[in-house]
Amino acid sequence: MPEFVLPEVIDDFLFTYQNLVYSLGIHGLLALSMYVVLAVGQLSLGQAAFMGLGAYASALLTLKLGWSLPAALAGAMLIPAAAALIIGSPTLRLSGVYLALATIGLGEVQRLAFVNSDFTGGALGLSGIPTKAGLVSIYGSLLVALVLLVLVARSKIGRAMEAMREDELAAGALGINLPAYKLGALVASAMLAGLAGGLNAHVSSFISPNDYGFDAAVTILSFALLGGLGSPFAPILGAVILTLLPEVLRSLANYRGLVSGSIIVIAVMFMPRGLLIWRMGRIGVSSRRPS
Amino acid sequence: MSAARLSLTHLTIRFGGLAAVDDVSLSVAPGTVHGLIGPNGAGKTTVFNLVSGLLAPSSGTIMLDGKEIEALPSWSRAGLGLARTFQNIRMFAQMTALETVMTGMHLRMKAGPVASILRMGRFRTEESAARDRAYEILDLVGLSQSAQLRSGDLPYGDQRRLEIARALALEPRLLLLDEPAAGMNPSETQQLEDLLGRLKQQGYTILLVEHDMHFVMRLCDEITVLNFGRKIAEGRPEAVRSNPQVIEAYLGTRVAKSLAGGS
Amino acid sequence: MLAQQLLNGLVVGSTYALFALGFTLMFGVLGVINLVYGFYLSLGAFIALFATQAGLSIWLALPAAALTTGVIAVVLDGLLLTPLRKAKAPELSSLMVTLGGTLFLYSLANLLFSTDIRRFPVGVVDATAYDIAGMRVSMTQLLIMGAVVVMVSALLFVMRGTRLGLGLRAMAERPDTAELMGVDSASLVRLVSLICGTLAGACGVLIGLNYNAIQPYMGEVMMLKGFAVIILGGLGDIRGALIGGLLIGMLETLTAGYIASTWKDAVGFVVLVLTLWIRPSGLFGRLAAKRA
Repeated sequence: MPEFVLPEVIDDFLFTYQNLVYSLGIHGLLALSMYVVLAVGQLSLGQAAFMGLGAYASALLTLKLGWSLPAALAGAMLIPAAAALIIGSPTLRLSGVYLALATIGLGEVQRLAFVNSDFTGGALGLSGIPTKAGLVSIYGSLLVALVLLVLVARSKIGRAMEAMREDELAAGALGINLPAYKLGALVASAMLAGLAGGLNAHVSSFISPNDYGFDAAVTILSFALLGGLGSPFAPILGAVILTLLPEVLRSLANYRGLVSGSIIVIAVMFMPRGLLIWRMGRIGVSSRRPS
Repeated sequence: MSAARLSLTHLTIRFGGLAAVDDVSLSVAPGTVHGLIGPNGAGKTTVFNLVSGLLAPSSGTIMLDGKEIEALPSWSRAGLGLARTFQNIRMFAQMTALETVMTGMHLRMKAGPVASILRMGRFRTEESAARDRAYEILDLVGLSQSAQLRSGDLPYGDQRRLEIARALALEPRLLLLDEPAAGMNPSETQQLEDLLGRLKQQGYTILLVEHDMHFVMRLCDEITVLNFGRKIAEGRPEAVRSNPQVIEAYLGTRVAKSLAGGS
Repeated sequence: MLAQQLLNGLVVGSTYALFALGFTLMFGVLGVINLVYGFYLSLGAFIALFATQAGLSIWLALPAAALTTGVIAVVLDGLLLTPLRKAKAPELSSLMVTLGGTLFLYSLANLLFSTDIRRFPVGVVDATAYDIAGMRVSMTQLLIMGAVVVMVSALLFVMRGTRLGLGLRAMAERPDTAELMGVDSASLVRLVSLICGTLAGACGVLIGLNYNAIQPYMGEVMMLKGFAVIILGGLGDIRGALIGGLLIGMLETLTAGYIASTWKDAVGFVVLVLTLWIRPSGLFGRLAAKRA
């Protein structure tokens, strides 16, 4: 790959704010992963757990087997996808409550497994993960995910997803295979969260089992709820705001839980369509009638 | 027998100990409009929910074109040509009317997920064809002017007709209409009656639940009357109208209501 | 050894049963999964802790803490869920609101009390142990089981034997019909919140006594076990919650005794996933198939 040199100003900026820039991209991916599930009217509280699975899977693949970054990231997507299948297949035929409860459980049991296994470094976690990921891999992934989701939204799949979210009964009566769509969405969402986890592990070089708990799951939910679900851009906006907010208001950092919690309550009760209420059309061609 | 579009045999569902639909049998011939009437709580909507697959019967069979469907989920029944509307309108409120109708074509669109996402030629052709067909259906129900409006913002009567349009998009072999005239003003009701008349002319098979008696009498070829979950009469409209049991069932509830001080 | 394990499991399991009872009742009657429910447990424990520190005996502190929690539960339900109920919002909206509320409340408790483990004043936890047929039973364990039996019987009596219980069950079956029958749903909602909050609060005090350890997140740990219990028992099923609670409590104790104590907290989740795969309607097969 040809070496290109960044202007000095940008270089300095990146050096100072490198972590923040990385988190923005990774949080954007997490917000998209949440969006995919919410878009079919389901609630998963396992996004943090899927992220953790991806982080551990990819870290172990690089550390123990010496895999390259792309291969390790593929692993980071497949392992959470398998977990999503195990949890999702039985629950998604039932009412939405079951998925929510089962995914909260997944987060907790996963933490327990990481803490108690020597293979995963126990309570200390894994360190010395090569920092192979960077701007290109993070923002490249985000861009690909975003483009794919925009294309999905503007196809019959997007219409079916929105129909399910608006009225599941009516959607089913139109022939939309509800369990199949829900499972597909959950698996795709787990893969996105796993990818975010894998990238995160490979920029921070250190992961610990306590990073992927209940609070993280709820924070990811708050990204999507603050932004909205009208288009895939909305949850990313939510993630950007909620990632920058504690940076701008330093004093807020200690009250992260209070902030995320109140945002969810306020968003659900008073602005159910989120901040970015613009809704993307769900037709793949011009919606105008040909004359 | 097997010529019937829809046939219910000894259909029963119990909630707790109570039979909401009790041993109901009926059959709908292709190309006819069949009315299902009865006082409030007679079990009409429950029959619809059983036929469309939102409820599972305790016993009895449901056949669509001679095929047993009572064990299938609602989306598979839609695939066999069953479409319905709902008593309390169920709109996809954020979608435009056009998108709503196109959602009804979900099953007709064959482009796979990969073709759809990567916007291959086939997807674009199919999507344009679906849009054109959706405009035709909107024309039929008289809503093409509102194609670009949010479904949730349409006036009540339009929402009812949009629901019918969405169901028509399925190209149904049987159309279940649950109180399509409910809450409509007289002119909207007239529009609806015209629409249903046109559908009948085009050969659609319709099972209709409706409260507006004149409406039902004018439109239906055949009527089945339910009371307390049981079938109490069936036949041609004029025969049903003069059936003493039917008169008693309706009168009975009216008297009871006025005694209870209701309207 | 096995008998002793089973006895300890029974004590733990009875607290799970008590906790899950309120949780499942709330779902059965109000139709929502209220995630704040776990916080009520922490709240009950803290109120009892402060009451005993102020010199109140545990016999008074237990009911006082339980009832206070119940009243707070009514207030929180009114703030978070009543508006959504009025707007007929979808089921998952109420789940999300209580989720946000939970995170807020735990974070607040964490700021106020920190996560340090606190203990009841000396003398509150009775360390006396009795020898019964070769098993050691502590006074605290007896208190816990006694309290659970009293509360569960009272609840069963209300549900089965009174007009109020009839109204509650009618509401669980078909809320709109119940309203037609003249059941005042708003006041029933408050009553159910009161009962459930009280159960969770009492449970918090008992668990605090059992381990003599109180900290803000104790309810969150319990919540995960609660999910497993109510899914094993069948959502909304009271009998299922009781038996499921006892079963999971005993399974955990056995796991700790014969496999490794570190894996005890995974038991609930394993049971939960197995239940979903094998018998999603729960032990007694009352499938929550209320639709349309």
